[in-house]
Amino acid sequence: MAKQACPRTTYGQYLVKLAEKDQRIVALDADLSGSTMSCLLRERFPQRHFEMGIAEQNMVAVAAGLSFCGKIPFVHSFSMFLTGRAFEQVRQSVALANANVKLVGSSYGFSDFGDGATHQALEDVALMRALPNMTVLVPVDPEEVEEAVELALEIQGPVYIRISRSPMEYLAKEAPGASLLEPALMADGGDITVFANGLMTKTALEAKELLAQEGISLRVVNVSCVKPLATEHIQRFAADVRGVITIEEHSVIGGLGSAVLEALALAPKPTSLIGVEDQFGQSAQSHEELLQHYGLTAAAICERARLLMGKGAK
Amino acid sequence: MGNRDLEYLRAKARRVREGIIRALGVNQRGHLGGSMSSADLVTALYFYKMRHWPDNPQHPDRDRLIFSKGHSVLAQYAALAECGYFPFEDLPTTKQLGSFLQGHPEKDRTPGIEACTGSLGQGLSIGLGMALAARLDRRDYKVYVILGDAELAEGQIWEAVTAAAFYETDNLIALVDHNKMQATGKIAVLYDVGNVAEKFAAFGWRVLEINGHDMEAIVDALDEADRYAGKPVAIIAHTIKGKGVSFAEGVAGFHNGALTPEQYEQALREIAEGGV
Repeated sequence: MAKQACPRTTYGQYLVKLAEKDQRIVALDADLSGSTMSCLLRERFPQRHFEMGIAEQNMVAVAAGLSFCGKIPFVHSFSMFLTGRAFEQVRQSVALANANVKLVGSSYGFSDFGDGATHQALEDVALMRALPNMTVLVPVDPEEVEEAVELALEIQGPVYIRISRSPMEYLAKEAPGASLLEPALMADGGDITVFANGLMTKTALEAKELLAQEGISLRVVNVSCVKPLATEHIQRFAADVRGVITIEEHSVIGGLGSAVLEALALAPKPTSLIGVEDQFGQSAQSHEELLQHYGLTAAAICERARLLMGKGAK
Repeated sequence: MGNRDLEYLRAKARRVREGIIRALGVNQRGHLGGSMSSADLVTALYFYKMRHWPDNPQHPDRDRLIFSKGHSVLAQYAALAECGYFPFEDLPTTKQLGSFLQGHPEKDRTPGIEACTGSLGQGLSIGLGMALAARLDRRDYKVYVILGDAELAEGQIWEAVTAAAFYETDNLIALVDHNKMQATGKIAVLYDVGNVAEKFAAFGWRVLEINGHDMEAIVDALDEADRYAGKPVAIIAHTIKGKGVSFAEGVAGFHNGALTPEQYEQALREIAEGGV
């Protein structure tokens, strides 16, 4: 079995590692530190971890104030509450001020499968992507979780990092970007380009295997940085194929798919967006069960690819 | 700065009120009422209490002032200009396209502005973050936050009040501009926020209650706030919306109203005559 890790734990451990070197790093959490794994920083540096109670709006604006005095706050909650409950605090106190605040949203998409629609963030990327000054990162594997934290620290300004609750495999890249800001070629192919991120990139790689048997060649490109989107790279990866597919653990409205379409608007390709179709989530007994139910699967990619190739449904 | 000369401070308050009128201009809507009710508090902070360096607005040891009721920023602009952060003559550019003086305060656009506020309820939280940073860095600066009374309807205020009490940030001082008015009328009629002093006390804050237009009471309260350790301090300042301009005092229409040329001249005249 491929090597995998829990991205939340990887995150928490790496934040502590960086905090050892960089005194400016502080953390805030809203009673979810055992899930977001900011608890690891609390154990190591109790003075630099602020439990802010179940009050996300205050937490986000407190982080802005800390940043204005030279701190680099990493703010933690579930993706839904951080970007949704505190949206306007993120907008005014953080983004408008270009505050050096790092928002770390945990348990995005369906990864908090049991808790249902209230906890399943399927619109967080759309919300954060719409804000000027905001960088939006969706790591593909545990290694990229570390890279995302490192990159967030380098960026002077707000960053949103989306972290899954589910284990992630370490994925090999055929041609990584210069940094997470650039899309990475995971596996090349000549017929159709699939842009994916998060856990869906592995799903796209599975689809590539399946379609190879039918003579359809997928190019799989991982887009960890949804904003600012490396438009020229997206255009280049799409230039020489017959069609484009996007897949993301997010609503089809406003996320990676929308961003890719915006990037290709001047050189359009037949494009098919896979994501959650303008619906809320629901409870289930596993993450996998929800991904199947909402059609975020290798089989869905195969079906869309056949349509784009003019081969119809099989 | 620390000049406890009350006549000097009253003269500065008149100058701040003049600056509000000049920033407002003629026939352009602007937030006169709440700026005027905050004017004496702002004056006492910038010209008496706060440690700050107009020629070095980013000095790490400066005291910070955040207008959580960001619509009243005209009072802060006027005080900053009078302190020398930028020319007083620039005040009439407020709200012009491209101006560094926005309708609501924006950090980095205006020297001396510490945060972005305007959507109400967020400033006290930002101030709390600054107060926590001071503690981590072992710096002794203070953070002052001016809140509106109608703004206290925002739930986030009470999140911040709770958190500040828990973290015992005695370097955080909230000043409530208690002018008893919201945008559309009297708070007592429309949406009563209750006994503000009792609420802050119940949440674990030290509370002082003063006449927010009595300069001596204001400076005394600001000094008194320094003497408390272990708790954040709320100064409940009873004020009059539009204070200093007779036709605007207590008139909801001047929450965000425009002055006719005649009203503009009358306002400047009344302020110069110094009824306050």
